[in-house]
Parts: sequence; C-alpha cells; structure tokens
Amino acid sequence: MLTVRDIVKAFGGVRAVDGVGFVVAPGALVGLIGPNGAGKTTLFNCLSGALRPDSGTIELDGVPVQGLAPHRIFARGLARTFQIPRPFPEMSVLENVMLAAKDQAGESFWRNWISVGRVAAEERRNRARAMHWIDFVGLSDLAERPARVLSGGQRKLLELARVMTAEPKLVLLDEPAAGVAPRLLEQIIERIAELNRRGVTFLLIEHNLDMVMRLCGHVLVMAQGRLLTEGTPEAVRADPRVVEAYLGGVPA
Amino acid sequence: MTDLAGLASYAAFFLAFAGIFAVIVLGLNLHWGFTGLFNVGVAGFVAIGAYVSAILTTPDHPGQLGGFALPVVVGWLGAAAAAGLAGLIVGAATLRLRHDYLAIATFGIAIVIQLVALNAQWLTGGPFGLHFVPKPFEASLGAGLPFNAAYLALVVGVVLLVHAGLERLVRSPWGRVLRAIREDEVAAESLGKRIFAFRLQAFVIGSAIMGLGGALYAHFIGYIAPEDFLPILTFQLWTMLIVGGAGNNRGAILGAVVVWAVWAISGGALRAIMPPDAQTRGAALQVVLIGILLAAMLILRPRGLLGEETAISRHAAAREPEG
Repeated sequence: MLTVRDIVKAFGGVRAVDGVGFVVAPGALVGLIGPNGAGKTTLFNCLSGALRPDSGTIELDGVPVQGLAPHRIFARGLARTFQIPRPFPEMSVLENVMLAAKDQAGESFWRNWISVGRVAAEERRNRARAMHWIDFVGLSDLAERPARVLSGGQRKLLELARVMTAEPKLVLLDEPAAGVAPRLLEQIIERIAELNRRGVTFLLIEHNLDMVMRLCGHVLVMAQGRLLTEGTPEAVRADPRVVEAYLGGVPA
Repeated sequence: MTDLAGLASYAAFFLAFAGIFAVIVLGLNLHWGFTGLFNVGVAGFVAIGAYVSAILTTPDHPGQLGGFALPVVVGWLGAAAAAGLAGLIVGAATLRLRHDYLAIATFGIAIVIQLVALNAQWLTGGPFGLHFVPKPFEASLGAGLPFNAAYLALVVGVVLLVHAGLERLVRSPWGRVLRAIREDEVAAESLGKRIFAFRLQAFVIGSAIMGLGGALYAHFIGYIAPEDFLPILTFQLWTMLIVGGAGNNRGAILGAVVVWAVWAISGGALRAIMPPDAQTRGAALQVVLIGILLAAMLILRPRGLLGEETAISRHAAAREPEG
C-alpha cells in the first residue's frame, strides 16, 4: 500500500526526518510512536504533500508520490487528519463533511451554470453520504450546527467523518486520542477498528500507548528523526531502546 | 410640486448611488466575505472599470482619448473584463503568498492606478478627468428625476443580477470550497482542494464585479476624475461590508444602503451645523464618523447586521429531502 524509503526533511541544520523507511501493508493498522520532537508529524506532512521531502521516495500502490501537491496525493487515496483538529468552524458539520467528497462536478465554476441538474443530483447523493458518515461517528444530532461548537473529541470525530467521505485507501491519523474525553476516546478507538475491519488502511501517530497496543498490529518507533525500531506492540514495548527514548537520554 | 419632484429626484439619486456601492460591495464580499482575500485596493479595480467604460463609450472630444462611442452596455462589459484581467494579473502574482502580501500588493496597486489616472493625461485626462461620459436615457428622458429614476431602475437590475449570480455560486460546491479556504486553507488543501485555483477564480470574478460598479458610477455622474478613487473609497466600501455582514450577500447590499445613508445624512447635517469657514474640516468629521460606526459595529455586532448563515450550500438545508 505505502512504501517509504530514506525520507529526509531538514529545517536549517535540523534533520527533523533523517532517512526513514518503512512499509504499510494493505489493510494494516500501523502505529507510529516516539517522544515529542521525534519527527512524526513532519513525516506525516511529507507523506501527505504538505511538505516536500528533501530526498527519498514515497510509493502509494507502487506509484511514486513524493513531492506531489497535497490535492494530487489526496486524489490518489491518501487522506490525513491533524493533531490539533482543523474543522471549518463557521461551516455546519454537514458542510464540513460534504466538502471533502472527491471529484465534485459542482466545484467547477462553469458546471454550476451549464449542468445544473447534474450538480444538484450529485449534491443530493453527497448529502446522503455525508450524513451516513456523520451518523457513523455519532454526530448526527450536531449535523446542522456550526463546527465551532464541537468539543475537542467531537472535532476529531468530525475529521474522521470528513476524510472517510472521500473514501480513502490509506488514512494518516495524527494523535486521534490527544485531548479527548475518555467516553469519546472509546468511541474513536472503536470507530477506527471498525473502519479497519472494512478494509481501510491506517497509519496513526499516538502517545496513548494503551490505545496503540489495542489497535495496532504493527508499530513503528521514531526518535530524533530516525526509525528506532519496529515490530509487534509487545516486542516494541519490551525493547529497552524504546523505553530509553521515551524516558531519557534523548533531548525532547 | 417642484419640491416633491426634487425630493423624488434626490431619493432616486441617493438610491442609485447606494445600488452602485452595493454592486462593488458584493464583489468585495466574494473576496473577503467568502474567500477571505484581504483586498484593500478596491478603489483601484473600481477606477479601472470606470475609466475603461468611459473611454470605450464616450463620443469624440478634442484632447480626450477615445471617441469610440460604443454602446454603454459594451462599455460595462469592457469594464468588467478589464478589471477582471487586472484581478488575474494581481492575483496570479500574489495569491500564492500569505494573506498580508495580498493586502500590501492590492493597496499599492490601487495607489499606482490612482496615480496613473492622475498623470497619464493622454489616457485619462489627468487631473481634469474624463468628461461627456454618456448617460443612458438622459437625451430621450431628460435630466433630473427622469434620468435618475431610469438609472436607478438600471442599477437595481444590475444589483439583482449580480446578487442572483453570486448566490448561485456561493451556495454551490464551488462556493463551499471558497468558504473552506477562508476558514482553514491548510485543512482545505489536505482535503484535496486546489487552493490557488479557487482563490484566483474568486479574485477575478470579484474584481470584475468591482469594475462593473465603477462603470455604473461613471455613467451615472457623466464625469470621472482621479480623486473619485482615493483609498478613502476603499475604506467606505469595507465599512459597508462589515456593517452589513461579511459572508452574506443581502448583508452586503444592506450595508451599502445603510452606510451611504449615514454618510449622506451626516454630510448634510455637518454642512448645516458647521460655520462656513470650517466646512472643509467638517468633511473630515464625516470620515471620523464612519470610522466610529465601523469600530462600534466590530465591538457590538462583529458579524454585521445580517450575519453569515451556518448552512449555505443549497442542498445542505435543514429539511432538504434526501435521495
């Protein structure tokens, strides 16, 4: 699904991502852990096209995508969420989700004048599908409310619904549990697991190791821009280098 | 009876002006209200429209460029096209940059356009401006009330047309992307939207509408000069949008009428109150008053008289049947 080789991204003299490579198999649910400043989010930004890697290759289903614009990578089926959720606050929850649908004819200026019927029909389908995903994440009651009224956890759920509307093959989740109330956290974990059962591949950054252990079959550990180790959650948790990276020796 | 006719004539004059402002503010609303583009050079795009339409339509006069004497409607379309082209050039150069650069660039360009109007005498008549800009229907109907009323009808027609067109656009998936870009362009980009393309489209269309507004102005007054397009005009137009409600097209129109009314009434009141030797300083007070109105609005009702609606998309309405 995703093959990453030797990705380097430096800011000035700091190599935030320093030669990282790994493989995400189709249908997998891979965790990416590591102390703050390890380069996890920078790596995500490289994968999603928000940042252009200095070197290295990223292949999505065998096709190189490194350095492509975010909208092109998105079109190839890779979607991401953000560590700090980024809803469109003044737009309704429903419109937040409707926006994310791919290949909307109505996003063309001219089609709103010359193919009015097609745009309207597509919008009705889009609305139904968006409501489905809003329902899936349990936000139906809030569909008509502006996204700014949502709590932190609800915003994470909104982002999940938003990317799912685009029917991605691979979803990058940046700390889906951070700052989420315990009750919503259960819901988020359960929804991610359900989507994975339906065949969606996930790569998720997470500090909540309990969540990582429950969800992920495979875990990557980053520290200081490099891939420290990878393996099953049990093997990674038992690795003394991982404990060392989290607890000391490495400047955060 | 003549008093009544004079009053009616003034009312038509007042409303036609408000309508002309409304057209321009609708263009600004597409820029700022829907796309978050901080255009502080509105007067420049208005000036381009006014001059282009004037040059295209004015009959031959010695010492004045043009003499093309084209129909007024051609002038209007030319005005919109020229201002849209200016928007394309400015937008292509600046819309990839951060927001503040667009503000600096548009402000600078508006100043440059105003200075060109002031100095390129062969093109714009320089400080003397362009005269004899044709006023539609004036010859057949007569000056005063008949012309003002007919022009008001024309302006109202344009306002309704522009409003209807913009409403169709902003309530479409196209408009939804604009709002998303305004709210959070990083998130919009991560969801597959081509930010630059959408911003450029919105910028060009809004600029064209501003140019059309400039043309409406030129043909209403029949005479344009560089001092009609000073930065203070941009300030007034922004106040109209903020007061009416950015992100709401009806708000943009309402704001134009309300602020223009405040401007006209306060001007009349100051002229009546101020002693003759202080009249010019009284005019400055008018600007202060608009500034106070803007500040009060931002504090007391930051979303404007008519705020933005939460659900804008035509098919995201609350009781839209599904299927």
